[in-house]
Amino acid sequence: MHIDIDKDVCIGAGQCALAAPGVFTQDDDGYSTLLPGGEDGTGDPMARAAARACPVGAITVRDGTA
Amino acid sequence: MTELTDPSGPAAPAEPVAFPQDRTCPYHPPTGYDPLRDGRPLARVTLYDGREVWLVTAYATARTLLADPRLSTERRRPGFPVPTARFEAGRDRKVALLGLDDPEHHQQRRMLIPSFTLKSAAALRPRIQRTVDDLLDRMIAQGPPAELVSAFALPVPSMVICGLLGVPYSDHEFFEEQSRRLLRGPTGADTVDARDRLEEYLGGLIDAKGEQAEPGEGILDELVHQRLRTGELDRADTVSLAIILLVAGHETTANMISLGTYTLLQHPDRLAELRADPELLPVVVEELMRLLSIADGLQRVALEDIEIAGTTIRAGDGVLFSTSVINRDTARYDDPDALDFHRPDRHHVGFGFGIHQCLGQNLARAELEIALGSLFTRLPGLRLAAPAHEIPFKPGDTIQGMLELPVSW
Repeated sequence: MHIDIDKDVCIGAGQCALAAPGVFTQDDDGYSTLLPGGEDGTGDPMARAAARACPVGAITVRDGTA
Repeated sequence: MTELTDPSGPAAPAEPVAFPQDRTCPYHPPTGYDPLRDGRPLARVTLYDGREVWLVTAYATARTLLADPRLSTERRRPGFPVPTARFEAGRDRKVALLGLDDPEHHQQRRMLIPSFTLKSAAALRPRIQRTVDDLLDRMIAQGPPAELVSAFALPVPSMVICGLLGVPYSDHEFFEEQSRRLLRGPTGADTVDARDRLEEYLGGLIDAKGEQAEPGEGILDELVHQRLRTGELDRADTVSLAIILLVAGHETTANMISLGTYTLLQHPDRLAELRADPELLPVVVEELMRLLSIADGLQRVALEDIEIAGTTIRAGDGVLFSTSVINRDTARYDDPDALDFHRPDRHHVGFGFGIHQCLGQNLARAELEIALGSLFTRLPGLRLAAPAHEIPFKPGDTIQGMLELPVSW
């Protein structure tokens, strides 16, 4: 699993961090960012729910390690 | 999930329904919206002046369209739909944040995001808890009975947003009254006059903050010292932002506290379930947000032709979103009219969707969890002090909630 955050699109709603607090957090400016080691989703099944919760489609979750 | 919706099918021809309508039960959509709940993704509805606009009613279509930049929230554009005549007055004035499209919208939103993150909301929890405890202490000392809107539902978010913005709570009677007139009139002159008075009041406060050598701790102090002084915001935009933050910061949450309390009291089995397991509080709040859909009628106007669900929305067409209908789409929710704390996810559109999704939603969740949790813990015998059907609630052309909520315990 690989997670990308488009920071140009993010509006800092925090829905990803609410849905998957083990994978996402908000940086000092309020924008979504991955917790250390979060790029692979840390196997968290909620990573996909976080992508779906994002109101602006800023999060992409892909299978595999690419 | 049941399969009643064919989101790819064209909108079936049907007699346009009037929108908005008053609710018959304060926590259910108006029964007059029943024809809108037949599985079509969009319908034609008639506004107060007879004009026809689109109403989005399906969940999937709503998520797609609310994220579509071809739909504008700038109310000065021709064709922008308003729910009632009084909002035509003063439509020529620019409204910050929720009345702006990107990129200007994002320039304003990014200034405010750090104050409304999950972490910021979590940091405010002790202050919110103290506010809730103090108000409940006072209400319990003076009662029973009590009128819950004025004793609790309104002062909780009003005190919290004052502290957060740097607005003196001692002025609450003034700005609560002007907020009420801004949203509920009753006339267009009231709406315009209320906004003039709020502009004058918050403009004066902003000027005073600008004269202080050292900024205070509120969001308005930050905006004045970091954005207004640097020229990033002009005074009119700063005042407009202040009005939106103050009004949206207390009116909406107050309505959720009063209507949420009423709804839980009308569902004693669900209330017992919450009392037996306080860990349910976050999902209870989320389910109330879905079921109550208090901001029922989000407004947009199309900038270009949009093909959606087999239909063409033409450039200049007005588009409204009925969150109460969308959040009960049977293609999305089983038994959607039921209050159910065991739904699989929280992805309702009660806070909106797209770039304008509620800026204060994390703060609102914290306030609602603490207010409702503490209220039902401190008052195990809480009950309505009048017949449920006699308790007045707000008309359909504004944010939904209780006008009064007489309670006893």
